Amino acid sequence: MTKEMQLLKICRGSFSQVRLLHMSPAVNAEAKKDSSPRLKTFSIYRWNPDQPDQKPYMQEYNVDLKQCGPMVLDALIKIKNEIDPTLTFRRSCREGICGSCAMNIGGVNTLACISKIDAGSGKATKIYPLPHMYVVKDLVPDMNNFYQQYRSIEPWLQRKDTATTKSGEVQQYLQSIDDRAKLDGLYECILCACCSTSCPSYWWNGDKYLGPAVLMQAYRWIIDSRDDATAKRLDKMRDPFSAFRCHTIMNCTRTCPKSLNPGRAIAEIKKLLGGVASKPAPQMNPVGLKQ
Amino acid sequence: MSSILKLQSFIVRGVANNGFNKVILYLRQTSITPICSRSLHLNVDRNNAKCSDASSKAYPIVDHTYDAVVVGAGGAGLRAAFGLVAEGFKTAVITKLFPTRSHTVAAQGGINAALGNMEEDQWQWHMYDTVKGSDWLGDQDAIHYMTREAPKAVIELENTGMPFSRTTEGKIYQRAFGGQSLKFGKGGQAHRCCCVADRTGHSLLHTLYGQSLKYDCHYFVEYFALDLIMEDGECRGVIALCLEDGTIHRFRSKNTILATGGYGRAFFSCTSAHTCTGDGTAMVARAGLPSQDLEFVQFHPTGIYGAGCLITEGCRGEGGYLINSQGERFMERYAPVAKDLASRDVVSRSMTIEIREGRGCGPEKDHVFLQLHHLPAEQLHQRLPGISETAMIFAGVDVTREPIPVLPTVHYNMGGVPTNYKGQVLTNCNDEDVVVPGLYACGEAASCSVHGANRLGANSLLDLVVFGRACALTIAAENKPGEAIGSIKANAGEESVANLDWCRYAAGSIPTADLRLQMQKTMQSHAAVFRTEDVLREGIDKMKKLYESLQNLKVSDHSLIWNSDLVETLELQNLMLNAMMTIVGAENRKESRGAHAREDYKNRCDEYDYSKPIKGQQKKDIKDHWRKHTLADIDPKTGKVSIRYRGVIDDTLDSQECKTVPPAIRSY
Ligand SMILES: Cc1cc2nc3c(=O)[nH]c(=O)nc-3n(C[C@H](O)[C@H](O)[C@H](O)COP(=O)(O)OP(=O)(O)OC[C@H]3O[C@@H](n4cnc5c(N)ncnc54)[C@H](O)[C@@H]3O)c2cc1C
Ligand code: SF4
Ligand code: SF4
Ligand code: FES
Repeated sequence: MTKEMQLLKICRGSFSQVRLLHMSPAVNAEAKKDSSPRLKTFSIYRWNPDQPDQKPYMQEYNVDLKQCGPMVLDALIKIKNEIDPTLTFRRSCREGICGSCAMNIGGVNTLACISKIDAGSGKATKIYPLPHMYVVKDLVPDMNNFYQQYRSIEPWLQRKDTATTKSGEVQQYLQSIDDRAKLDGLYECILCACCSTSCPSYWWNGDKYLGPAVLMQAYRWIIDSRDDATAKRLDKMRDPFSAFRCHTIMNCTRTCPKSLNPGRAIAEIKKLLGGVASKPAPQMNPVGLKQ
Repeated sequence: MSSILKLQSFIVRGVANNGFNKVILYLRQTSITPICSRSLHLNVDRNNAKCSDASSKAYPIVDHTYDAVVVGAGGAGLRAAFGLVAEGFKTAVITKLFPTRSHTVAAQGGINAALGNMEEDQWQWHMYDTVKGSDWLGDQDAIHYMTREAPKAVIELENTGMPFSRTTEGKIYQRAFGGQSLKFGKGGQAHRCCCVADRTGHSLLHTLYGQSLKYDCHYFVEYFALDLIMEDGECRGVIALCLEDGTIHRFRSKNTILATGGYGRAFFSCTSAHTCTGDGTAMVARAGLPSQDLEFVQFHPTGIYGAGCLITEGCRGEGGYLINSQGERFMERYAPVAKDLASRDVVSRSMTIEIREGRGCGPEKDHVFLQLHHLPAEQLHQRLPGISETAMIFAGVDVTREPIPVLPTVHYNMGGVPTNYKGQVLTNCNDEDVVVPGLYACGEAASCSVHGANRLGANSLLDLVVFGRACALTIAAENKPGEAIGSIKANAGEESVANLDWCRYAAGSIPTADLRLQMQKTMQSHAAVFRTEDVLREGIDKMKKLYESLQNLKVSDHSLIWNSDLVETLELQNLMLNAMMTIVGAENRKESRGAHAREDYKNRCDEYDYSKPIKGQQKKDIKDHWRKHTLADIDPKTGKVSIRYRGVIDDTLDSQECKTVPPAIRSY
């Protein structure tokens, strides 16, 4: 099972590579020789809550790619710095790890900071906020419902006992390398919500259906060999909505900018809920150091 | 009225978080009883009639009362926050980013603790390494505390679910890291760095956030803290701007903890996030309190030009080398033996010379190249897959065919708000440390000072959790939940709001982004790795002019809802304060110690000359040597910096447990 998952991960990784690397080094080298600007148009969703009468609209900006970094976030920052400081979006780490800059770029939910500018096609790149979310302003969606759902799965380790020795010394829990490997491909999630906001089920039932990102985190705790609240965690999802609204459409997995596979994790949860599979016993006693 | 309604609907759509409910309540009352939440009517002279429409002058104010307020929700802030809630304190966390977006998330390497999972280890050895790493500028009581508490802190993280990599025995895996030794430097390389693959910061931050959700912390997410509220020399809370609706919030609180991270963005090339703008240090500076040791800034030789992402030293280990614009492998000139594998500061300095002498690469001749393509493609693919990918993503470079543009890159701020080992913020009166009541600091924003002149890798994540917890413990020991809080003036925070309003309508000629870029480039070329008197002086002159230009800023977005133009302007003001204190401190410190390398004062200057036997030497007075902390005060109006000093604490907490590590020449 983990092998399968890993394989899938590897394949997905290479696909997303292809998708990302629109600007080949050859294009890059060509650009360096010629001195005329190479303009690229970005068509960006604008909405200002201070002007409630004005409907959302698309605004076009031209950026000289020779004076701009390779990522869509570089272009957005360049527009904000040099053309229009009112353009509003979230960003922080600029290296694809904080999850701030999730948006819909050229029809795909992804992170602006690790998504290459499509320089080849000559067409304008359309940028929208994450779909089907309340918009606070321009590219800034309201993420509160998503965060609440994350909170609802109780994302912390739960055990009945602890690894505290009789003398009161706290010990580390033991976990085998293989049991730890079960968390790979799950714990790396950056809560960017690209997947959840690409999921039709989440669009229509976002209030009751937890969505792929949160479900994958639920699975991350369910499958952790150190956690023994499995039954409780699963019971919370035994309703027609929380998990079962997933129809395995796999948009989530296709869009994840970190090449994770939430669709797969949901399938595992459904197996556990349906009694088709059960959580394996830990290979090592987590509190083995207590004695 | 309609705008108030709209405002409410925004918030109602928000969350059913306790803090939030309160906000709604206050706002509802606003429309009926203006007493509860007064609008501050400010008479702001903007010298610009066009912009001063009446409504812009009135800012609704919402008041909150808490036992404790934590500013910042990175590793340090989160650990402090749930520590406080666990002790029964009503706690608010104010953060400009959703907690898991804080820059702690980017840390890769790991977190040090003498667990001894790989070989026998002792925290006293970790202590020795840290003191030596700090180049004897670290305070040994704090280092004693941190290294002693380290194993407990890491086990606590593991117990709350952090997915550490494992050894075959099922224990936390520990890797080798720079500057870590066994047996007080005599036992060879130590394996002390606990890690989660190369995503330790990510796991740590997500684990801490998850854990904090178990507790009833009141989060104020995407609130930008503007200033401390100080009364009678005491900190009584903070004033913050809610980004979502532009309301101003005053948090009256018995205890305030600053955990706002570093200010890497004062420089052009840094490994830090856009949001690392030193807001905490700046708030402290505006409150008239000093900052400590800001001149100590850690550089890494090979960050990607422009992007700043780190390219590991392993590239040069595999045979890669640096070239200048003439294609010359210049490190052969500077370090004929070690060449490109000379130590980080030597390489960074050599790169800077090349650039300054006009042999830099690119249209602005402001970087050099790291060449790898002379190596077999297979070797690159096998040994450096991560770097190949990073270079492709962030420099658009195929390392099998082109060189990577690199630049010495700002990585970490050793300095910050001075605190003792309990997290209490200090000021200095007549050469005595004085605690500032009600104010605490931890994490990269603080200087407690465990890192002294140079931080060891993987000691920062440790600093976050140990001193985040220490702040909570100190507050719990000295206060009780629900205790009376000193009053605050009716117009407390007025100046902050006036400044905010000024920024919002700033109608000068320099856009925020332009001035920021000029500052970053100035700091990068004048206060970098390689420092000399004239270069620093010139930099100070330039910075003074840029500081004056703050008066001439131009802000284009005048709205109140998610006004990122405004926030970036406030952040620029903060960066400027940090940058000024850094460059003046660097000019002032006439020695080389740790990360502060002066070409014109190449040696470390201590109370004795430790390269010779101490016997028979006259101990120098503190006036005449540099083994002392810099305390910098700055006048926010003019940018004028003045400098005082504070002695280094050499005594450990308990000499029975571990003795002072006596100063010595630092060589590895
Ligand atoms: C690329 C990189 C790799 C690193 N690797 C390692 C490593 O392997 N090991 C190690 O030990 N260290 C490492 N470090 C250093 C370490 O990660 C940082 O020093 C540490 O994470 C800082 O944490 P913090 O909690 O102090 O601040 P941050 O994590 O930066 O958090 C700051 C918080 O303050 C909030 N904030 C800031 N200003 C305001 C304001 N005005 N109002 C409201 N909220 C505000 C932010 O929202 C945020 O929540 C690395 C650093 C970098 C950049
Ligand atoms: S697989 Fe499930 S969660 Fe993923 S997109 Fe489809 S329905 Fe949504
Ligand atoms: S699973 Fe992927 S797309 Fe979904 S939130 Fe996590 S990182 Fe983002
Ligand atoms: S800015 Fe952090 S993920 Fe894009």
